[in-house]
Amino acid sequence: MTLHSAPMDPNLSQIIKLAVLAVGGQGGGVLTGWIEEVARAHGYAAQATSVAGVSQRTGATVYYVEMAPASGGVPIFSLMPAAGDVDIMIAAEMMEAGRAIMRGFVTPDRTTLIASTHRALAVSEKMEPGNGIANSDEVMAAAGLMAKRFIAADFETLAVQNGSVISAALFGALAGSGVLPFPKAGFEAAIAKGGKGIEGSLRAFGAAYAAARGEAVAAPKAVAKPSVAPSVQGPSRLLADWTRLIARVQAMPEPVAQMAQAGLRKVVDFQDLAYGAAYLARLDGVLLRDDAARGFALSVAAAKYIANAMCYDDVIRVADLKTRGPRFARIAKEMRVKDGNLLHLTEFMHPRAEEIAGMLPVRWGQRVQASATWMARLERWFSKGRHVRTDGLVSYVTLYLLGGMRFWRLRTLRHAQEVAHLEAWLSTALAYLPRYDLAVEVIKCRRLVKGYSDTHARGLSKFDRVLEGAALLANRDDAPDWVRRLREAALKDEEGKVLDGAMATIRSFA
Amino acid sequence: MAERSFKAEVEHLRLGAGDTFTGEGILAITKALLENGVGYVGGYQGAPISHLMDVLADAEELLGELGVRFEANANEAAAAAMLAASVHYPIRGAVTFKGSVGVNVASDALANLASSGVNGGALIIVGEDYGEGSSIMQERSHAFAMKSQFWLLDPRPNLTSITKAVADGFALSEASNSPVMLMVRIRSCHVTGSFTTKDNVRPPLSVREALSAPQSDFARVVLPPMSYIHEQDKIKNRWPAAEKFIVENQLNEVFGPKSALVGLVLQGGMYNGVIRALQRLGLADIYGASQVPLYVLNVTYPLVSSEFLEFCAGKEQILVIEEGQPEFIEQQLTTYLYRAGSQVKLHGKGILPMAGEYTGQVMLDGITDFLRKSAPDLLPSLVRAPNQDRLKVPDLSKTVPIRPPGFCTGCPERPIFAAMKLAQKQTGKLQITADIGCHLFGSLPPFEIGGATMGYGLGPAANAAFDGGGERRAISIIGDGGFWHNGLSSSFGNMAFNKSDSVAVIVDNYYSAATGGQDVLSSRAVNATKKTQHPISKALKGVGIDWVRQVNRTYDVGHMRDVLIEALTTKEAGPKVIIASSECMLNKQRREKPLAAAAIKEGRRVEAPRFGVDEDICTGDHACIRLSGCPSLGLKTLDDPLRDDPVASIDQSCVGCGNCGEVADAAVLCPSFYRADVVHNPSAFERRWAGVRTRVIGWLQSRRAARRLVFGGAV
Repeated sequence: MTLHSAPMDPNLSQIIKLAVLAVGGQGGGVLTGWIEEVARAHGYAAQATSVAGVSQRTGATVYYVEMAPASGGVPIFSLMPAAGDVDIMIAAEMMEAGRAIMRGFVTPDRTTLIASTHRALAVSEKMEPGNGIANSDEVMAAAGLMAKRFIAADFETLAVQNGSVISAALFGALAGSGVLPFPKAGFEAAIAKGGKGIEGSLRAFGAAYAAARGEAVAAPKAVAKPSVAPSVQGPSRLLADWTRLIARVQAMPEPVAQMAQAGLRKVVDFQDLAYGAAYLARLDGVLLRDDAARGFALSVAAAKYIANAMCYDDVIRVADLKTRGPRFARIAKEMRVKDGNLLHLTEFMHPRAEEIAGMLPVRWGQRVQASATWMARLERWFSKGRHVRTDGLVSYVTLYLLGGMRFWRLRTLRHAQEVAHLEAWLSTALAYLPRYDLAVEVIKCRRLVKGYSDTHARGLSKFDRVLEGAALLANRDDAPDWVRRLREAALKDEEGKVLDGAMATIRSFA
Repeated sequence: MAERSFKAEVEHLRLGAGDTFTGEGILAITKALLENGVGYVGGYQGAPISHLMDVLADAEELLGELGVRFEANANEAAAAAMLAASVHYPIRGAVTFKGSVGVNVASDALANLASSGVNGGALIIVGEDYGEGSSIMQERSHAFAMKSQFWLLDPRPNLTSITKAVADGFALSEASNSPVMLMVRIRSCHVTGSFTTKDNVRPPLSVREALSAPQSDFARVVLPPMSYIHEQDKIKNRWPAAEKFIVENQLNEVFGPKSALVGLVLQGGMYNGVIRALQRLGLADIYGASQVPLYVLNVTYPLVSSEFLEFCAGKEQILVIEEGQPEFIEQQLTTYLYRAGSQVKLHGKGILPMAGEYTGQVMLDGITDFLRKSAPDLLPSLVRAPNQDRLKVPDLSKTVPIRPPGFCTGCPERPIFAAMKLAQKQTGKLQITADIGCHLFGSLPPFEIGGATMGYGLGPAANAAFDGGGERRAISIIGDGGFWHNGLSSSFGNMAFNKSDSVAVIVDNYYSAATGGQDVLSSRAVNATKKTQHPISKALKGVGIDWVRQVNRTYDVGHMRDVLIEALTTKEAGPKVIIASSECMLNKQRREKPLAAAAIKEGRRVEAPRFGVDEDICTGDHACIRLSGCPSLGLKTLDDPLRDDPVASIDQSCVGCGNCGEVADAAVLCPSFYRADVVHNPSAFERRWAGVRTRVIGWLQSRRAARRLVFGGAV
């Protein structure tokens, strides 16, 4: 007997296939349970599966539900989603949406994609010394291309704002999308049947329901704040001086002025108005040699990195920042301290001999730093982890006094060292002129100097090596591009292995 | 199971005749055991069968009523050995563990059991951890059934079929005097659905009653010459008896048209995937009625030649759908055809991939390919001659980061690995082996500590080659779960006996944490049915290890690092063992969070710690993250044109474990971290004194603010 292909069973189109891709700990299991509940309550047969695996809370996990009207028998459901055969894809995080697309679970002919636009960063993104955060825009674009319908919003924030967790918000978005043939009340009943946190869950559900109904497709990021001039307060004498400095900034070409304003504010906050004037003087020096035809890129970069270089992280700065009033208010707000609660604050300080010596006047400090005996002594006296209670009077006053030592700062060894480094870097960069792009790239290498203690030392060494690379390449046309690449390589890993590789490459042809 | 209750699930186990059970597959199996008069149950936890153990551990009362003995065995070998009770006594017994790793551990007992043969039904429930979501090497438990001659069930993945397999398994075991292994895959264990329950049945003979009339028979002992007789008995009697039972009771199923030129032969567990592929090809309806004949092997070992040849009669080509490698079933069926002189052409691996999970796409592609070659008329024209270009999926592989599992927020193991990373900065890279458990995540970024894992309880044993020592000592890692599973003898007995010069770190988090937080001998909790609170250090003393350091707060990273350095450098001979103890944060939170919430409500004083980062002080170098990887420690992009790189940021989920502060301190990172303790319901004195402090501090702050320029916005 020969069989011939028969028309497809029309009932098959009634099977609704729904997958959830979540990060462990987001409540994917609870969400799946609700979905099953609402389906069964409306006379559907439903089957869910998961590969939750071990108890850990951080890996990517998949949940899968199939449902169909339960009339006339038990439908045979699949236990796992198949590429090209998913009706509803819920991604509880933006990169998980990307993963769903990569796995073929989102196709233009059938898939409604509901995705939360927030990010739960993977370890690989967080551990880079530079900026390793994956680009959500690419996933957004892919989702727009691949999904039949795309519902996106920050469901995480929506849930937290409503005192709940993301599973409830995603359930609301699912209800709001209207892709399941069940009324809103049915969804809410499923939540109410569950155990804990019903009120919060229902609030988050409602908010997300509305968001999804509003077709918040590709929800725009928070509207960019119009850049306002920084509000500033203080004694009128200081304000008058500030106004004069700001006037100098405003006289600068537009792109430079914007960055210089932020820079000026930072250096004045770090030290004082005279220090601000010194900043502007340095910047003026760069501006003189700049080129309007290049859009003042050199001065914009210099405005940024000179300010950062001038605001080095010394003991005085840390103590000053740790003891300011608005900081206490900000922490109380972040920690949700309510009336009647108290807030204890513990800081983790670990001063080293280098920092103590850096606080000494230049010559004295140099002698101490040159003496192994003295350094060992300082190490013994000061270098240990200190847990400082800044809500307590003794510790607070100690830090407060340290923070008030700005009058002393410009005499210190640390300041002299920082100035020397700054001057050397700036003159090296400017010496590359008229190789304009190369000078700009060298200016930008200041980005590599950051962190404290070992991290800071490693940053300095990377900075030195990149500048060494720049010197090797100086005569090549593609030098600016290579310096940019070296800088980016230096930001890839802690040990500088990627940079080593890049340096080996340039040595091979330079 | 100290910190989690399964009382709600236990209620499911009390359902009676005609009731409907709705829930997960593994719970359905648990219920089916009780319906089939099981007399004793044992096992060792692990995904995906932990649930069976957890629920029965909470079902003491019900098990007592039924006269069923439940044992949380020390390991899989102990569990399998427990089935010895069914060798002589007509008592049904069941044990459970994960496959293939658990079966590896159990195989000694299983081989002896299979040789002796059983009188009462002996069922081994194996959660086959294969394919997506698996945490182990990709192998099959199938081979164990073949080598030891016990029978392997692989039922269709729905609750009715799985629970029927429990009943069939016991009956088959008794009919053939052989143990039976019931294999369920990850998804079958977690699949939800319904089945109609029966009343629970008391075992006709309970283990307690059996003790009153002990039995023994040397013919069942695995010693020559009985062992030769056992082998002959397996082949001449038990195997044919099994085949007879399988055929007579139709354990395997045939679906679809009686006569056709093609057919599919499949493992029961593949059924839903095969039907879905046929549905997508228009060859099966929603209820699974197939237009292609299917021979569904709910019993995958032994394969019954007569039944298979009967299915093949009149067919020209068949496709064997067998997940995993090598293709044991396909080889056996090919032999049957050859020996029968059959002309039927058998396809299998080749059309389907040899290795890897049979996902929806693999199944669809394979079956389509087979039908295109063997019966093209069956296929819809669209499939026969596809002319539609499939939309190209945008390549996001460079964008989307991998997301392997890692330590939870506040995990006490994180600081241990941070300390090891810091220790290695002093000593240089060390030879390190790992074990099985959450601590294996230490081998992933950001720590990348440990280069090999040889199995549960075998971390220190895996360093045995280096036990003689050298310029730098080798380190091994093992958890408290692995320690009690078999590490005490295999790893520490081995170290002591061989005068090892190596270092072992025991990660003691009070539970068998990776499998769901079950108690072990050294758990601190009081467990009503299990003996706990036995320190690991005492056990080490007992096997003759004297250099033992107990660290009671792993979060003290500096101390942890110093102890490691001490172990690596001490002049003392013999094994150096560090016990690093702090409670699994998941379980701790599970217990303490509700208590703290209740205390706050009742007006009692509670301190709630959480960490924060001063974003002005953080330079965005992420050194702290490279010593942490905590989910609550993330990044934040600042709205500041002067900043290039995102700064560290701690979210609401922080539990204030202390790792951030300790790491910043021990590694001398930066002063950006702070701990904020919110004091709920402070005492009146405390409040007054805080008021004084706040006023003084406030005065100082406004005094300084009045003498400088103060900029609005972030501080």
